[in-house]
Parts: sequence; structure tokens; C-alpha cells
Amino acid sequence: MSDKKKETLGKTIGIVVAVCLVCSVVVSGAAVGLREMQQTNAANDKRSNILQAAGLETTAECDVPCTYDKFVTERYVDLSTGEYVEVGEDFDMYKAANEDEYTVKVENSNVGFQRRSSVASVYLVENDAGEVTRVVLPVHGSGLWDLMYGFLAIDSDGNTVRELVYYQQKETPGLGGEVQNPSWKAKWDGKKLFKNGEVAIQVKKNAGTNNEYAVDALSGATLTSNGVQNTLTYWLGENGFGPYLKNQTWKS
Amino acid sequence: MAETKEMKKVLFGPILDNNPIALQVLGVCSALAITTKLETALVMALALTSVTAFSNLFISLIRKQIPSSVRIIIQMTIIASLVIVVDQILKAVAYDIAKELSVFVGLIITNCIVMGRAEAYAMKSPPFMSFLDGIGNGLGYSFVLIVIGTIKELFGFGTILGFPILPLVQNDGWYQGNGLLILPFSSFILIGGLIWFIRTIRPEQVEPKE
Repeated sequence: MSDKKKETLGKTIGIVVAVCLVCSVVVSGAAVGLREMQQTNAANDKRSNILQAAGLETTAECDVPCTYDKFVTERYVDLSTGEYVEVGEDFDMYKAANEDEYTVKVENSNVGFQRRSSVASVYLVENDAGEVTRVVLPVHGSGLWDLMYGFLAIDSDGNTVRELVYYQQKETPGLGGEVQNPSWKAKWDGKKLFKNGEVAIQVKKNAGTNNEYAVDALSGATLTSNGVQNTLTYWLGENGFGPYLKNQTWKS
Repeated sequence: MAETKEMKKVLFGPILDNNPIALQVLGVCSALAITTKLETALVMALALTSVTAFSNLFISLIRKQIPSSVRIIIQMTIIASLVIVVDQILKAVAYDIAKELSVFVGLIITNCIVMGRAEAYAMKSPPFMSFLDGIGNGLGYSFVLIVIGTIKELFGFGTILGFPILPLVQNDGWYQGNGLLILPFSSFILIGGLIWFIRTIRPEQVEPKE
């Protein structure tokens, strides 16, 4: 299909360089030009999950960022003491897990990750009067296929679950993926986490609706259910948010 | 008149008569993976159609300049750039869907339909016709994705575009979702069935016995 004449080395290189230049300008133009929109999207996506855990509805006049700013405050907790600490604006507990300053080794747990950050974010949900009504804790732990990331919303008594929202998971659709099914999520509302200071919440078979310390496991997804159990056991325990929940730091 | 006829053939031919998936069996892998829900299938179809159309257009514009010794590399560069642009746009305007499609938008680069059309058609045809050819083949791909996506979502989840059609047992309905259909490999069976169906109504597509 080609004629011999156009096959000189110089021309070939020239064309290749020209095509590469044009393409790189187009690609970097798109990446830079759209970056702001993408970052807003990612931030709003996270916020809308927090709002869902907070049980807040957005309205037409007040969209996700507006509702979030109005009712939700992000604070940072030193997990070993349970006290609030100040860290920079851009602090990300999942990135900090691998930074020297914050990294803590996870031991004696089957939660599914090796390192966590010593400081974690918490999201305080306040009502119009400025009282804390819910505390939203970020939790993560391994499911069957990969780490599952979610938010656990607890009442201001530090013991009653309101929501467990998983926003990132790769479980089998229709089986473990049912952690995102609204009817399963609804089962968490009103369950109690601690009994005599110990983590008592269980994900188990035939939990029954009257047992306030147990939630029905997902049928056909034992490993995912175990993953949820391990995640909660770890994050509510001494190495997780245990001290913070015991002190009820949000009340002081 | 001959030209309009040719245009029609280039544009609509690939839907049934010369479908890239059903007849040429190209681009099957992405068709298997992202058809679990109709919505993702639609966005993927749109993404692939625009990439095929524009890569055909640009390659056709410079087809006389492209040295044949490096033509595949140049085609790939153009296709890859377009795919990245599409991916960036999706992340900016349709974040939720982009999250679900994840790597599959990036994998359009390796989709044989794009490359196949660039090499087989755009390298020897004028720009406008190549553009139409790209859209036509994108439509052929979209047709298969939409059919498969509809079947999988309806019988796997009991919904169409997220609206419940068949009430599921989990939500106190009567329909037990078909777990097999949710998994990617069930598309193999469905695409096979679709090819059988198309070849039954278009017997000339049946390959001669060896």
C-alpha cells in the first residue's frame, strides 16, 4: 500500500516525532484541563458516602458539598490515646499508613492489612444546635477478593450502630456484593457494639431480629461476612477506635 | 445516489450484516466483562464508538504521510491518546460510571475493533468515509453490548438501568436473580446465542464447511 519513495529514514522519524508531539499535547491538555473537575468529583463521591452514613439527605437547594459543610466536621484522632490531634488539611489516613511518621504495624489480627496510620479521620455529624448526633468512623478490612472500605456510623452514645456503608469493595456481585444491598444495610440500624466494655457485635447465621448484638450473615458469602466481622472487631477494639469510643471524646 | 448508498452501507452495515463482534468476532473480551449492567454497557459503547470514529478520522487524514514501516505504532499512538482523553472526560463528567468501568476504558486501546478498522479501512479510505465507518462499527459493537447487557441485567438483577422490573427475593419479591448471568463468562453463552441467531436470519454469514 505504500510507495517506496516515502520510506526515507528522516521522513519516518519526522512523522513519528510530529505524531507524538501532537498526541502528547492533546493528552496533557485533557489531563490538566479536567483535573479540577475530577478532584471535585472524587471529593464529592467520598462526601456523599459520609452523608449516607450520617443519614442526611441532600436537597435540591443544598447539594452534597453544601450539606456536608453544614452538618459534618472532620476531626483527627490519635488512635492509641483516643484524643483529638491536629494534622495538616491534606491528611489521608490510607496514605499515611505507609509514611514513617504515622505508620503502625498491625499485629495479631486477621483484618487483612499489615500497616495502619496512628492517626485516623472521624466525621462528626452535628444537628442545627451544634450537638454531635452521630460519629462516622472510616473502617476497612479484607473481604473475599480485596480490601473493603466503608463508613460505620455510631450514635452519640458510642454504642449504637446507625449505618454501615461500604463504598469500595470487589466482592462477588449477588453474593458478597450484597454488603451494599439496602435491606442488609438496614439490619445494622440499632445494633449494639459493646457489652461490658468488650466488642460484642457479631455477624452470624440465624442471628434473629431480637438479638441486638448480632446481624445476619450474608447467605452464600461466608468469607465476606467474616471479613466484615474481622473489620469491626479490629476497628472497634483496642488497636482501633476503642479508646476513642470509650472516652467519648466528642462529648468533651 | 451511489454515494449515499455507499454511506448507508458503511454506517449501518456493521450492525447486522457485518457485525464486528458477531461476524468478525473482534473485541469480544470487553464485551464479556462490562455487560453486567446496561448502564455501563451503554457508556462503554459510546466510548468505543467515539474512539473508533475519531481514530479512523485522524488516521485517514494522515494516511498518505504514514510510513508503512511504522504504521502500526502510529495508529497505536493515536488510538492510545484518544482513549486517554475519553477516560479523562469520563472521570470528569460521569465519575460513578467511570469508577465502575475502571480499567476497561483503558483497555479500549487493545480492542481489536479499533485497530482492525484503522488498519483495514482508514488506511485506504478518505477521512469522511472512515469516520462513518468508525461510527458504524461502533454501532455494531453497541448493538451487541446493549442486547447482552439488557438480558444480563434483567435476568441477573431483575432491573433495567437500575429500575426494578422483576422484584427480587432479597427485596421480598418473587424473582430469584440468576447468579450465573451476573458473572462475566455467561456473556460467552449469550454472545454465542446471538451469533447463532444472526446467522440463522442471515444464512450467508455461515462459514463454509472445510
